[in-house]
Amino acid sequence: MNALRKYLDKIKPSFEEGGKLHAFRSVFEGFESFLFVPNTTSTSGVNVHDAIDSKRIMIFVVIALMPALLFGMYNIGYQNYAAAGVDGTFWEMFGFGLLAVLPKIIVSYVVGLGIEFIVAQWKHEEIQEGYLVTGMLVPMIVPVDCPLWIIAIACAFAVIFAKEIFGGTGMNIFNVALITRAFLFFAYPTAMSGDACWVAKESICGLGNDLPDAFTMATPLGEVATGTVPAFSWDQVWGFIPGSIGETSVVAIAIGAVILLWTGIASWRTMLSVFVGGALLAWIFNQWGPEGNAGAMVPWYQHLALGGFCFGAVFMATDPVTSARTAPGQFVYGFLIGAMAIIIRVLNPGYPEGMMLAILLMNLFAPLIDYCVIQNNIDKRAKRAIKK
Amino acid sequence: MNLKGKAAKEEFQVERSGMYALMPDDFTGTKPKVVVKEGDAVKVGDALFVDKARPEVKFVSPVSGKVTMVERGERRKVLSVRVEADGQQQCVDFGKKSVGQMTGAEVKDFLLQTGLFGFFKQRPYDVVPDPAVAPKAIFVSAFNSMPLAADFEYVLQGREADFQTGLDALAKIAKTNLGVSAKQSATALTAAKNVTVNVFDGPAPAGNVGVQINHIDPVNKGETVWTLGAEEVIFIGHLFNTGKLDFTRVIAFAGSEVKKPAYCKMTVGQQLSTLVKGRVTEGRTLRVVNGNVMTGVKTTADGFLAAHATEVNVIPEGDDVHEMLGWIMPRFNDYSTSRAYCSWLSGKKEYALDARVKGGERHMIMSGEYDRVFPMDIFPEQLVKAIITGDIDRMEALGIYEVAPEDFALCEFVDSSKLEVQRIVREGLDMLRKEMA
Repeated sequence: MNALRKYLDKIKPSFEEGGKLHAFRSVFEGFESFLFVPNTTSTSGVNVHDAIDSKRIMIFVVIALMPALLFGMYNIGYQNYAAAGVDGTFWEMFGFGLLAVLPKIIVSYVVGLGIEFIVAQWKHEEIQEGYLVTGMLVPMIVPVDCPLWIIAIACAFAVIFAKEIFGGTGMNIFNVALITRAFLFFAYPTAMSGDACWVAKESICGLGNDLPDAFTMATPLGEVATGTVPAFSWDQVWGFIPGSIGETSVVAIAIGAVILLWTGIASWRTMLSVFVGGALLAWIFNQWGPEGNAGAMVPWYQHLALGGFCFGAVFMATDPVTSARTAPGQFVYGFLIGAMAIIIRVLNPGYPEGMMLAILLMNLFAPLIDYCVIQNNIDKRAKRAIKK
Repeated sequence: MNLKGKAAKEEFQVERSGMYALMPDDFTGTKPKVVVKEGDAVKVGDALFVDKARPEVKFVSPVSGKVTMVERGERRKVLSVRVEADGQQQCVDFGKKSVGQMTGAEVKDFLLQTGLFGFFKQRPYDVVPDPAVAPKAIFVSAFNSMPLAADFEYVLQGREADFQTGLDALAKIAKTNLGVSAKQSATALTAAKNVTVNVFDGPAPAGNVGVQINHIDPVNKGETVWTLGAEEVIFIGHLFNTGKLDFTRVIAFAGSEVKKPAYCKMTVGQQLSTLVKGRVTEGRTLRVVNGNVMTGVKTTADGFLAAHATEVNVIPEGDDVHEMLGWIMPRFNDYSTSRAYCSWLSGKKEYALDARVKGGERHMIMSGEYDRVFPMDIFPEQLVKAIITGDIDRMEALGIYEVAPEDFALCEFVDSSKLEVQRIVREGLDMLRKEMA
């Protein structure tokens, strides 16, 4: 450890102003602060600081994503082996999934972080940690058969146009990972929806089974879109269903939710109200929904378990930057996301996955919700001044 | 938060130093005009500098002796006026006064004449008040809830009479509110006369006078409220009772690097080396904080006791610490209000925190962080953002008139984006004041 520190201190000058490697200053700073807590001391204001920083927060979100990711890897193998009708061991199935997902994670991080590094250097800023989470979210919300080059394009588009042009992490209006998904969804619909993309069809390094190209398997929500009501099964809760890589298991996501809520990183107000909003709307559709609409006939509890509802509620809606920032605003924001997701699912069969669009829509409205809450406070203050 | 090195309730003696200094920066919002020359002999109570805009607001020497230096910085800004003590402590005799027979205007004039007026602060802007504007109320907080703060109940012992006289004087000027903690039981506080006593119960920052104002009688646009430190009420009382000024205060000398944290008598402007030398750990870079660890100014042992400081805290600087992989390590010795660390497990453990920021500055990312530690009917995040963007109308609408930088100390502490919130708020207040002038 000391040797490493000495080495860093030795090479540090060449990254500073006038040094040979000054062009990589941000990258060096990023790695240095990754290895060692920065030891700059405060010059104004409080003389002691809380140990929490954005690195720690982002890493905890990534940790919270781990159960869903690991389960997703296993499920990829499970779906492949089940489709081929072959019995595989746990490690075969997990290994297959790992090999299928790892390239996506690598591509997502290399492309996204690469752009972040360049922008940070260009703007003479420190590298911001926001992409640690985004880069992990992206592979988890795409189907397993999504080609890598498409992911690379989508990541680049989202990082540049959804984040950097607004000023970086903390200034973006839309959730960056969802913009990636929306870009894929509209630009490459065949790779993102339909029946063909949800099960991996080629063996990797000897693991897994080759399936015929024509093999298709619909997600439960895909079935809804075609007018059938999928029967409820506990597999939908455990997650043994086809779907985007990280979204299928309610249980794995729940573990992540507990981590996020316990550490206080995600807002319980947002998370709770997404579920309340979704459950209420789905229940209303159950009672008074349009005749013959498959989406309206799916029981409300099943609606919450299917598709990206849970994943969106736990990991996407709670993104502090793009959600409502005031406490009362978060209730409204979450409720409307849940409600909107179900409305889109039920009334617009073209988009079986309503969660993504609902969150993006409410990202847009979050400032308005906050505006109303804050205006209330402002009015109260103004009235108080007049009364006197 | 539980910091190591709390002051024990005992007093130790500090030798009087030869050199004293009064720093205009301690009296926020004043432009000093120095009225003495190097070599002038001064007594306690002789003006060293006055406010350029309002020459009736004087700032007087805390000791008798000879002016040795007017220290200037960039653009000839006055940093301090130094007085070498002659050890005789001769005082200007202003004559005993009986508060009961004076009007509010007379009390105010007397305070202006003796230089104690400069210790007041006003909201809005958290600056030395304009004597021409009558305040709607005066607020005094008798307790400080910040970590390592002096316990005013202890400081008050033996000076109750002066304290009450001081309160009587304030009550002549305007309606006076005294904020006491639910844990305080001294009758001089709970049964203080001529003032409204408000009892506050709760964690920091309940002792901040700003929080108390917000809960009792918030400041609206166009209104003015004065605030005064509880120890400075004793200065006023002493003046009325004896006719002489005494700028000696009992301060807490605390912090993890203080060998024997306890209380001591110090005079405003006294050189800190008299206090620090030999009483702190050696062999490490230390940070001497002029005032509280949360709100005080970084200084050195050669610095001088700030006018409003009720404690001097000494903590490790920490620039020699290299913690590896901090983003994932448990870091048992670091305190955090977030459960992403283990502090919630360690109960009443005492922490020895250093001055590291422990992270890089970012845009504001997390929401609700400030709200947890900002018990006022104000949206702190949005207010800070309005200040950063320089939006004066919005600052006004969001209630900047009610706040002072110190109210944001805890926000700055918990902020994961590591923004210098107190500096930002100070800049916002200065911006607004300039605009309104």
